[in-house]
Amino acid sequence: MSGGAAGPAPLAAVERLVKRFPITRGVMFRRRLGEVPAVDDVTLEVLEGEALGIVGETGSGKSTLARIMLNLLEPTSGVVRWRGEDVTHARGARLAELRRARQLVFQDPAGSLNPRKTIGAAVADPFAIHGLLSERGARSRRVAELLELVGLDAALANRYPHELSGGMRQRVGIARAIALRPELLVADEPVSALDVSIQAQILMLLRRLRDELGLTLVLIAHDLAVVRHMCERVAVMHDGRLVEVAPVDELFRAPRADYTRELLASVPRIPGPAPGGPPGPPGPPAQSSSSST
Amino acid sequence: MSDPILAVEDLRVAFDTRDGLVQAVDGVTWSVAPGRTLGIVGESGSGKTVAATTAMGLVRGARVRTSGRVLLEGEDLLAASPERLRRVRGATIAMVFQDPLSALHPLMRVGAQIAEALRSHRSGMSAADARARAIELLEHVAIPNARQRVDAYPHELSGGMRQRAMIAMALANEPRVLIADEPTTALDVTVQRQILALLRRLRDELGMAMVLITHDLGVVAETADDVAVMYAGRIVEQAPAAELFAAPQHPYTWGLLRSMPRLDAPAGAELVPIPGRPPSLVHPPSGCRFHPRCPYVRERHRSVDPALEPLAGTPEHRVACLLSEAERRAIWARLAQGAPR
Repeated sequence: MSGGAAGPAPLAAVERLVKRFPITRGVMFRRRLGEVPAVDDVTLEVLEGEALGIVGETGSGKSTLARIMLNLLEPTSGVVRWRGEDVTHARGARLAELRRARQLVFQDPAGSLNPRKTIGAAVADPFAIHGLLSERGARSRRVAELLELVGLDAALANRYPHELSGGMRQRVGIARAIALRPELLVADEPVSALDVSIQAQILMLLRRLRDELGLTLVLIAHDLAVVRHMCERVAVMHDGRLVEVAPVDELFRAPRADYTRELLASVPRIPGPAPGGPPGPPGPPAQSSSSST
Repeated sequence: MSDPILAVEDLRVAFDTRDGLVQAVDGVTWSVAPGRTLGIVGESGSGKTVAATTAMGLVRGARVRTSGRVLLEGEDLLAASPERLRRVRGATIAMVFQDPLSALHPLMRVGAQIAEALRSHRSGMSAADARARAIELLEHVAIPNARQRVDAYPHELSGGMRQRAMIAMALANEPRVLIADEPTTALDVTVQRQILALLRRLRDELGMAMVLITHDLGVVAETADDVAVMYAGRIVEQAPAAELFAAPQHPYTWGLLRSMPRLDAPAGAELVPIPGRPPSLVHPPSGCRFHPRCPYVRERHRSVDPALEPLAGTPEHRVACLLSEAERRAIWARLAQGAPR
């Protein structure tokens, strides 16, 4: 964990990032008609230990940005950094190590799980891919640990995805993402496909794992209220551009960009008292008592 | 308040499945008056959509068992013939869905679809008149350049514009009741705000009754006059919207309110998830259906099934809960202050 006197160093960063997608027409003779900029000159840092929210509407480029940040997509131009190192064009063993350290949780847990593989096999996948825990029984023990860590019964390892509810599948997706002890977890709309009562369960799970595992979290969401609950800083994207980056409290108290104000004004308000559990620690998460991860 | 135009009385809908009889709607009663909006809130499997689609006569078949009454201007739609239902649907009662692509024909121009909806209920209408009226309707739902867009295919419109086009089609014959099922769930918040404002405006201008089905309490708060909260096929709480948000009475409603992140929560307030998950509708829990997830459960609640009953002082507020009203008021007062339970 960071948090020392030196101040948090950027764990991940993108500099002047641009991603353009071609617009084509025709199937046989594909013609390039032009390009749409999905991400347009974005510079952003993710600090070690923080939870950073990236909010924006459909087509704002928030998911594209996250995928480039994880080397899942090549940028048209710009630099992707990991702990200061330029990893934009990382390949081979370096890329494999980066994949281990930076994991993605998807919106649709059903779509990210192979329907013909048991839950146990799905959670063990990362070990198989990276050739880890190959001694007999080690993988299944670790899988059981992981399932319990995300609040699932270890016996679910023998079940198939269709036997689980949406919320349970999302827990499996999270177990898989944290299997290799990543340093950065990027969650792309992790609760927007879930029922209201289940959303809070998953959000609280992410918050607990973040504290317990010392994770840095990037939460991509269209829901500003979710980001307010989960993050210390927010980046607002609109049409591929970053329109505002600010600490959560500041952004919600005094939004600077017109677009942020419009977004905030659009969130439906619930009248009446806002009940909640006891307030948690304000600002950054409680420092974990252990000095290293 | 004027008399209801649509009234659902003790509606029960069950589906015969391989796993057994799924009681999707289990004794639901609600009504809506012209110019008013009823919000029906619930999670997936709560029966909120089945109740409304049954009211539209869209849920019929050998494997469906339905009982109760659905009265549209006094006429029971459950007993109506298929021909009669076809006449009523689209003319007196219309529906808007979450996904406009499932309601719009992908290979037919938007204007032609609206014209078809018009002419199917008005045999005398000429094609030219129907087209002119389609353009008017598209303008009415605030689609810019309606004169050009009338010839667009659904895929050429953005999500928000498609939703507007579907609303225009639903309104083609000036229905007296509009059922909107998650009309903004797939949309961005800025577009959602526009669509909700549009629905409110149309309701007021046309004096329509509106039934808004949603999982989102915020959407209900902004749009509905009255709210029914559904859980496992039943209504567990029903009240005027302002009353429901000011003094909610059911532990499930509290759970929904406490698990929703909101912008006005005190800084750092924790979300309090509802433990567990919605019950099976094949083998619903005994007693109160919410008891396995309820933090205030008592032994008696496992066997006694609560009825939806009016509160002593506010009869328009009804709740199905075995705790006493005094206990519930005391608990909510604590929760509203931020107490854990």
